[in-house]
Amino acid sequence: MLDFLAEAGEYLPFLLRGALVTIELSLVAMLFGTVTGFFIALGRRARTRLLRWPLNAFVEIMRDTPLIVQLLIIYFTLPRWGLTLGAFPAAILGLSLNLAAYVSEVFRSTINAVDRGQREAAISLGMSGVQLYRRVIMPQAGLAALPILGGYFIALLKDCALVSFISVNELLRNASIVISDTFDGGNIYLLVAIIYFIMSFASSRLILHLENRLAHNRRSGPDRMSGTVPTMEKEAVR
Amino acid sequence: MNPVLTVRQLGKSYGGRAVLDGVDLVVEEGEIACLIGPSGAGKSTILRCLNFLETPDRGEITFGGERLCSEDGNLFQISPRRQLQAARARMPMVFQHFNLFSHRTVLENVMEGPCVVQGRPREEARMMASAHLDRVGMLGFAQHYPDRLSGGQKQRVAIARALAMSPALILFDEPTSALDPALVREVESVMRDLSRDGLTMIVVSHDMRLVRSIASTVHFCAEGRIAASGPAGQMLGSQAPLSMRVFLEAVSDLAGQE
Ligand SMILES: Nc1ncnc2c1ncn2[C@@H]1O[C@H](COP(=O)(O)OP(=O)(O)OP(=O)(O)O)[C@@H](O)[C@H]1O
Ligand SMILES: [Mg+2]
Repeated sequence: MLDFLAEAGEYLPFLLRGALVTIELSLVAMLFGTVTGFFIALGRRARTRLLRWPLNAFVEIMRDTPLIVQLLIIYFTLPRWGLTLGAFPAAILGLSLNLAAYVSEVFRSTINAVDRGQREAAISLGMSGVQLYRRVIMPQAGLAALPILGGYFIALLKDCALVSFISVNELLRNASIVISDTFDGGNIYLLVAIIYFIMSFASSRLILHLENRLAHNRRSGPDRMSGTVPTMEKEAVR
Repeated sequence: MNPVLTVRQLGKSYGGRAVLDGVDLVVEEGEIACLIGPSGAGKSTILRCLNFLETPDRGEITFGGERLCSEDGNLFQISPRRQLQAARARMPMVFQHFNLFSHRTVLENVMEGPCVVQGRPREEARMMASAHLDRVGMLGFAQHYPDRLSGGQKQRVAIARALAMSPALILFDEPTSALDPALVREVESVMRDLSRDGLTMIVVSHDMRLVRSIASTVHFCAEGRIAASGPAGQMLGSQAPLSMRVFLEAVSDLAGQE
């Protein structure tokens, strides 16, 4: 036990620097992946097959091959075709595209789930397509997607360990470096697991908190702006 | 007389089957035109073609002096999307199932059209929306979300949302038929008030009490056409056309059974 603590104290800063890279990767990939995934979902609803077909194929391929293979191809195979990326950009690209495929499926179903009657109501008020999306579809489809996207973020945080294979110095790879220095894997891996757990657990609490707040804002109803109704009543009478 | 809406030979088919087969209709300013007729006659389809929720495939629609679609020889033409959107904003629709925006409060629902579509400043839109909510007796619920309201309350908010567009014409598709009998009256009374205020409306309804109390003209639809039209007094009285009397008797039989 004392051994473990001593070891932890010695290597912790180095491991935490790796953890920071893991968090960085997750946040950036989450952002790119969500935005790209949203636009893929829109493209897959387009009327022209020219847009729908390649996007469907993309999503299918990303979901039917392992992420690790995708990362290896981006980092090791693309250079042969003239596209050389550094380890970190390659990792971001791979993680984002993979996530985007899954996210596009999420948005596809939450967009489809928005009440048809409400779409028709918006259209019959004279809204344009963009206004319909901005004002009616996205607020509802986005809120419905949030818990699922939260779950994907936790998964992403842990999937980032895979990019150690393409030499990004994130948490797991820093651990491997420590181990090849000390020739003792046992305790370091335990430490790595603890750090992952703390990161995931904190994220899931944070996401839950965010969801509750959004749900609460929407539900708080008449109390939220109490006081405004009487003044409006006066204005209306005038 | 000043027609707000003129429809000539409007047609619409689904998969080769003509659902609308040459509909003619003229609605004057201040008129309350009620469309009645058996289920499947095409009443909803007529309304939905007027604001292009469905795309008609032949005929002419003129609304507020503007041609929305026209037929020139064999060439059927529809106005550009922008123009249709502008026309919809002056011809909002009230639906059977209310279709309020569930993520917005009552007040926000009514402000949505003026703010987003007409680009009015929020403060102005808020005042107008409050006035319209007051008119339908829903101002006290301004900050509620739709899922907390009864059907009758939802429909009154939907009517306020339509009023907020300063419409030239409001389309109603069976506004009371999703309501419990006890809640029908509150919507009926709001619609009666609107009819007294001179609003122009087209109302599709099976609710003959509503029709009798507000209609200025009645149009009897059957098999994708308007089979008979006339002033309400005449159409609902003893001199009504035969097909219409048969329908009215069937409807009142049904009402009697309930
Ligand atoms: N999207 C559609 N695809 C195919 N057929 C349709 C579609 N919409 C309506 N129809 C058909 O068109 C006919 C007219 O329908 P519509 O809804 O206009 O009738 P309605 O007079 O409003 O009837 P109700 O009183 O029951 O509401 C019906 O036979 C219906 O099955
Ligand atoms: Mg109908």
